[in-house]
Amino acid sequence: MGWRLESKMVRGAKGSDPHTGAISFPIYQTATFKHPGLGQSTGYDYTRSGNPTREELENTLANLEGGTSALAFASGMAAIATVLELFKPGDHLLVSDDLYGGTYRLFEEVARNHGLQFTYLDTCNEQNLLDAIQDNTRAIFIETPSNPMMKVTDIDSVVRTARAYKLLSIVDNTFLTPYLQRPLELGADIVVHSGTKYLGGHNDTLAGFIVVKDQALEERLRFFQNAIGATLAPLDSWLILRGIKTLAVRLARQEENALKVAAWLNQHPLVQKVYYVGLPDHPGYDISKKQASGFGAMISFSLNSAELVASVLARLRLIAFAESLGGVESLITYPLTQTHAAIPEEIRLRLGVDDKLLRISVGIEAVEDIIGDLEQALA
Amino acid sequence: MRFGTRLIHNGNEIDAPTGALSIPIYQVSTYHQPDIENPPRYDYSRSGNPTRQALEDSIALLEGGKRGFAFASGMAATSSVLAIFEAGDHIVVCEDVYGGTFRILNTLFKRFKLESTFVNAANCRHMASAIQENTRAIFLETPSNPLMKITDLRGAITLAREHGLLVIVDNTFMSPYLQRPLELGADIVVHSATKFIGGHSDVIGGLAVVKDEALGRRVYSVQNGFGAVLGPQDSWLLLRGLKTLKVRLDHQQAGAQKLARWLAGQEQVETVYYPGLNSHPGADIHAGQADGPGAVLSFKTRSIDVARKFMKNVTLAAVAVSLGGVETIVSYPATMSHASMPQSERARLGISDTLIRVSVGLEDVEDLMEDFSRAWS
Repeated sequence: MGWRLESKMVRGAKGSDPHTGAISFPIYQTATFKHPGLGQSTGYDYTRSGNPTREELENTLANLEGGTSALAFASGMAAIATVLELFKPGDHLLVSDDLYGGTYRLFEEVARNHGLQFTYLDTCNEQNLLDAIQDNTRAIFIETPSNPMMKVTDIDSVVRTARAYKLLSIVDNTFLTPYLQRPLELGADIVVHSGTKYLGGHNDTLAGFIVVKDQALEERLRFFQNAIGATLAPLDSWLILRGIKTLAVRLARQEENALKVAAWLNQHPLVQKVYYVGLPDHPGYDISKKQASGFGAMISFSLNSAELVASVLARLRLIAFAESLGGVESLITYPLTQTHAAIPEEIRLRLGVDDKLLRISVGIEAVEDIIGDLEQALA
Repeated sequence: MRFGTRLIHNGNEIDAPTGALSIPIYQVSTYHQPDIENPPRYDYSRSGNPTRQALEDSIALLEGGKRGFAFASGMAATSSVLAIFEAGDHIVVCEDVYGGTFRILNTLFKRFKLESTFVNAANCRHMASAIQENTRAIFLETPSNPLMKITDLRGAITLAREHGLLVIVDNTFMSPYLQRPLELGADIVVHSATKFIGGHSDVIGGLAVVKDEALGRRVYSVQNGFGAVLGPQDSWLLLRGLKTLKVRLDHQQAGAQKLARWLAGQEQVETVYYPGLNSHPGADIHAGQADGPGAVLSFKTRSIDVARKFMKNVTLAAVAVSLGGVETIVSYPATMSHASMPQSERARLGISDTLIRVSVGLEDVEDLMEDFSRAWS
């Protein structure tokens, strides 16, 4: 139906339970399903293969991303690992060099053992991509904005390059969610998500997603989802569905807060540099304006000196020092030892992920309190 | 700390032993008691449960009260609070009170000799004239359901103090974000937490908050003795709901305000009842005691035909009872919430067959207007 995104988030795919009218979709906490008769199926046989609650979530996300189907997994990493099953030994992928550490670890320490090859490069530059393409290149995998340096890759240019060389374009859309950016509508082939972050939004559920718009691709991925079995459980599926209902109001508030926090950090004498896409002097500002309807709520910043880091983290009271992001609570992370510990030092330093860098996931608290907390911690 | 921050940071958001950013769901009935000389904090989940406690402490803090209590439903909360009174006591109740409250007062509590008189609480003189020697409390709901009548809380509280009465306020429509009766001097607040506090139409729950420890002991003795407590899983879901109360209600209220103005300009609509409209009776009193008009409104159509057509054809809004969830719900009081009320009584209160109540959700309000226009044309 032609409803706006906010309305689709609230209503989900079916909207309510077709059997009872229950406004909240039922949690089908079941492993298996009784067959009506020999050779007959209700459409559901075994929860790994299909579960009504998970299906409602998958259809909801597919609608939001402008895809034809979505697949739900036990974590964001499980989703990305399943995407890698599309490739075979000897295949080569081009990957954004500023990347979530867990993705890097999966590629380097798991997938490489299975014969896949990866080249990490600055995907913001189209020429870099073209120069790195090899005969065995099969896909381009990007994060935009990237984690933690907030680099913006032009999705249009990635799609153009991918099409010219018959590569799959894969976009990790975790930071912006379909509320702010819909890569499939821009021509990308696959979107992946850590649903743990903004989609769930409450730091209480792990989940991952793959979204596609092509039936052949869906069929292959469905096969892997069922065969490998890293599927999302019914209760967790329901919690993410519940989270999506408030996605727009949460993220709208988080972004509003982030703009103010970034501006405040930007003028602070102890802050060396602020990385936030919503600051007009951010190198990706214009591209972001073109391909997304907002800047999100993730900010990284570097302090003047590494000596300040420990005391700032110790003094923060409202903002919790914890990994993860996207929840209602503001969180602060030290990428060097937390999210990006798996990335080799040489790459990390080239990107700017150094011992002075902190990353904030801005929550929905009153912005005065968030800034007040940073102010006393940076005093 | 501002309200929006307190929803997320109120001392009940992190599990101390593990640092988990979500309070654990203690799905447990009983507790190991290693030292019989020193009974532990928790011994049996009816008497106390850590997940429920986190919710009870949160709501007490948010309402500005001393102690909070969680119950299996809004009616369990109201019934348990009313059960602190004794046979022979009398309470004055606003006549637009929720139908479920009206029903237990006229049946169950009447059998136990708790008397009640229903008055038009929009007028303090009516309340004053209903006070008897054995009156112990005034029970209010403002804005009322479904006509959004406003009671002057400060006036009622002054009157109650003069007569040594407790003031109990059902704060379901406003939630503590928009109205905190205890801060105005009321004694007990009750909630159907199923509505805005839970906010996702997926949990049945009730809450009560009292202003002092003495009342706390009285309500606790009913909670523990009668045992209509909220389960751990549902307590946790309400805690989860509370975190987004402000962002939800901000959006819902902005939508309701737009929708109310738009409805007022539609030729199919005769009257709109919403405290956010300057023309609404008591809008000024409401503005003086609450921080916003909320997200529930009612309207009357020009004819019964229009109302029926509307109810039959709306598609985006769900046709259902209840309110306060992320999804817009429209209800038809004449055959739904107030069906058990005699026609004459309904007519006296203004609950006609052309009356429709809307609980505005998080959808884009433009979609709602398009849906409404299509439904009645």
